[in-house]
Amino acid sequence: MNPFTYARATDAADAVRLASTTQAKYLGGGTNLVDLMRETIERPASLVDVTGLPSTIEERADGSLLIGAAVRNTALAEHRAVRTRYPVLSRAILAGASAQIRNMATVGGNILQRTRCAYFYDAEGSRCNKREPGQGCDAIDGHNRTHAILGASPACVATHPSDMGVALAALDAVVHLQGARGTRTLPLTEFHRLPGDQPELETELEPGELITAVELPALQLAAHSTYRKVRDRASYAFALVSVAAALEVEGGTVKDVRLVLGGVAHKPWRAWKAEAALRGGPATEQAFRTAAEAELADAVPLRDNAFKIELAQRTMVAVLGDLAARTARGDM
Amino acid sequence: MTDISLIGQPISRLDGPLKVEGQASFAAEFPIDGMSYAALAFSTIAKGRIATLDVGEAEAAPGVVLVMTHQNAPPMGPMPMMLGPGEPDWRAGGGDNLAVMQDDQVHWNGQPIAVVLAETQEQANYASTLIRASYEAQPAVTTLDEAKANGTAESSVFGHVHKVAVGDAEAALAAAAVSIDVTYRTPFQTHNAIEPHATTVVWDGDELVVHDANQVITHTAYSLAKIFGIEERSVHVTSPFVGGAFGGKALWQHQVLAAAAAKLAGRPVRMNLSREAVNRTIGGRTLTEQRVAIGAGADGRFDALIHTGTTVTTQRGQLAEGFIGPSERSYAAGAFDLECRLAFQDIAPNSQLRAPGNAPGTYALECAVDELAVALGMDPIELRILNQPERNPTDGRPFSSHHAVEAWRAGAERFGWAKRNATPGAVRDGEWLVGMGCAASHLGYVRVPGGAARMTLTREGRARVEIAAHEFGAGTATALSQVVAERLGLAFEQVSFVYGDSTLPGLVMGGGSQQTASISASVIAAQHALTTELLQIAGDASPLAGLTADEVEGRDGGLASLDAPERHESYAAILARAGRDEIVVEAAAPPPQEMMDWSIQSMGAMFCELRVNAVTGEVRVDRVLGSMDCGRILNARTASSQFRGGVIMGLGAALMEETQFDERNGRVLNVSLAEQHVPVHMDVPEIDVIWTDIPDPQTPMGVHGLGEITITGATPAVANAIFNATGKRVRDLPITLDKLM
Repeated sequence: MNPFTYARATDAADAVRLASTTQAKYLGGGTNLVDLMRETIERPASLVDVTGLPSTIEERADGSLLIGAAVRNTALAEHRAVRTRYPVLSRAILAGASAQIRNMATVGGNILQRTRCAYFYDAEGSRCNKREPGQGCDAIDGHNRTHAILGASPACVATHPSDMGVALAALDAVVHLQGARGTRTLPLTEFHRLPGDQPELETELEPGELITAVELPALQLAAHSTYRKVRDRASYAFALVSVAAALEVEGGTVKDVRLVLGGVAHKPWRAWKAEAALRGGPATEQAFRTAAEAELADAVPLRDNAFKIELAQRTMVAVLGDLAARTARGDM
Repeated sequence: MTDISLIGQPISRLDGPLKVEGQASFAAEFPIDGMSYAALAFSTIAKGRIATLDVGEAEAAPGVVLVMTHQNAPPMGPMPMMLGPGEPDWRAGGGDNLAVMQDDQVHWNGQPIAVVLAETQEQANYASTLIRASYEAQPAVTTLDEAKANGTAESSVFGHVHKVAVGDAEAALAAAAVSIDVTYRTPFQTHNAIEPHATTVVWDGDELVVHDANQVITHTAYSLAKIFGIEERSVHVTSPFVGGAFGGKALWQHQVLAAAAAKLAGRPVRMNLSREAVNRTIGGRTLTEQRVAIGAGADGRFDALIHTGTTVTTQRGQLAEGFIGPSERSYAAGAFDLECRLAFQDIAPNSQLRAPGNAPGTYALECAVDELAVALGMDPIELRILNQPERNPTDGRPFSSHHAVEAWRAGAERFGWAKRNATPGAVRDGEWLVGMGCAASHLGYVRVPGGAARMTLTREGRARVEIAAHEFGAGTATALSQVVAERLGLAFEQVSFVYGDSTLPGLVMGGGSQQTASISASVIAAQHALTTELLQIAGDASPLAGLTADEVEGRDGGLASLDAPERHESYAAILARAGRDEIVVEAAAPPPQEMMDWSIQSMGAMFCELRVNAVTGEVRVDRVLGSMDCGRILNARTASSQFRGGVIMGLGAALMEETQFDERNGRVLNVSLAEQHVPVHMDVPEIDVIWTDIPDPQTPMGVHGLGEITITGATPAVANAIFNATGKRVRDLPITLDKLM
């Protein structure tokens, strides 16, 4: 770990001011950033602790939820409104990490988690364009069983590791930002970038910009939502593939749907194509399969991860089928 | 003896309260004034030489005491090697024969190239990241295919060559009515005990004190003395508590480097390996590629058993993952062809990892037997029982104690094997395919020469036994205290067991599941010496007058005649009459003649029920039962914990454990526990264990080793249950979900 200075912000404006020096990083629960500092992947000159910023979950009159960026993952997963109106989010959070880590991790920090690519972590012995732009990528022709099948580039095939972010992408979440030039909002689906030729740039954040809150709009079908995570052991493993989905079926027809894949791309992968294919069509297994295949049509397998294409399709079909059956039974 | 035997009682571990209260001092917790803290830098190529090594920035970093490299390390001799080729050096503790940090040569990717000492661990860690090296790389052997192409070599352990031929097995296989002929592959696995390897060292002149996480303390003292060219008695190794050993807590480069750096700095050094350092510098189980072919008559009797293949090691160590052991002794067959050959890669020295050889070997053998049962249309348990041998099938020695059939019958009954549907893929529960599988566990008995004990008996009737043995959480000290109390006729509380110090008597390897047998033999020998001396000083006034040590036993706080128990005198009375406060004796265990005369083995029948998700290929194990035949059980609680722990390791080996190497440069990729998967609680179901508890008449105290046995059968039981659930036979471990989709 490189030496660094530490300051604790009292509010968002204070945080942005403290972070205006170069090479500052915002510190939430530290469950990822501190690990990366220990590995010398991250070498911030200063840390601005933002855990003292608002950690409230505000239920607003229009039915939306405004979640402070410092809200701990556990608190968010346990919140009554989240469990009843956005169950996909509770399930996604509880599928991630361990209870101890969730007690520390914040909402803002979770969204900003960095990839678990082994070559990214191996600062001494491996090449990584994300860690050292222009250095090359050892993952593309190396061990890449856990890597991306969608939206990757010749520069980077890493995946985004968050579970929570996959659910947020399904819920049309909006990220609230504050920087030196004021405040703005971005849909979560537009917050993360694909790697392109600049994999070191993972989000649309401006230098020094801070996530202050995440907004969940009122979304009726979100009450009919779930999250399924497929991984190499029963707990404490990153997703090989995950699916966040919400489904509204009326008279056997898909009225509305949200579908997002995790573990397959550099960002939570909103399955726009599959959603479009499903909306207004029959809620049948065949239709689910056709939509899933359409979403994966452009998938590019690497040496070790071709199985993810079929796994993603199967998991999407199973999750949609499960939601449709539960809706039909009226138990959601 | 007293009416209610202490032996077998489920007494809680003596070290338990200390550990839960945080009072147990582990190797990295010895406070010493003036301590400095060490961190390592590692090579990034697998073979070649260090061209440049820039340590200037590291030396200038805050708090740095010194940086040691091959350019300034003190002269040191090569590592004395424990289990290499040629004549065994029974006192050696190293995994290869390399001289540590003596030249610019690189032998594996991840080899230590520099040691940083600093005032704090954080400063040392930081400075170690400032070291810059460049290399002249040479072609390295980093894949099994390359290694095999370079030629393979004969393998052996303790002089026993891994090659057995009885009859013409290939001809018998070709002529057999039913046969299977398949190849299994098992991966590298690294030692990742909960306590990373750690050592605290301090020099006092030419005396070296090492507080170490260690399961071969005396071997380590001997080896360090050789390396530093000092007297063996000048090295004092302690290891009072070890947070998991599993064969990995032996002598590695880090203890040598810590001692060298301490010498160079003139200060005590603590080297607490990071998880990355463990995964780069501590070897483990190497990969195997095993052909198993079994030919049988239509009735199921084996005509031929062929078990051959290759395992990887280093040229420097040549330690074999000798996988043919289970096939040498477990089933009768008309002909055998068994051989394990070595292929050489440029990797960290491999070592023993729980049930070395036996675990991958049993996986292959027991899956092959299952495959043959399918080919024959027979129940796999009946097939195994049918082929039980009368004597050791490859060397003809009689079995000392062999209750495999009883274990199978008892296990099948308790598990409910009769409810199993033999048709693969036939049982479904929603998305889940349900299956049951079974496999035998196998482990040969070992007792390494060198055991010895000092026994002290006081006039107050307290006994202390001192042995240079180890307690790595298995419950050894507790179980052996029960043995000593029982044998001496004392209460459990009157006995203490002192261990974990290389200056104590005996050369005891805390591995090979042999420590309990070694200690038992030493305790019996010491008690005999003690009894002899007691009878001597008891004199003619004693009711025991005229009796010899073989005619008495410990009973009710004293000695009693075996034939006439009323001839009894308390230890206190004997010592008081002789005017003695205490008696101290020391005795060596006899050589392990039982290993020469008898075929001795632990075995068990392992059962597993699990589910495989038809959509995703995920496996969830629902229950496991082990029915064990492992001689006399000294402590039911610690034994069942050992059995359960082995099962969990077996599940991990079956489903997830693998050290991933980048085959382009031989570098380990998954160096953290986040990426190097072992079972978490949610992966571990209820594990039921039962045992025959039949003492082996040929072994000290009737015991067998039981620390490693269950890992061997748990892995194939899982693999066979997966086949029963899905009809898919996966022959390369671990069985991850992508192989089942």
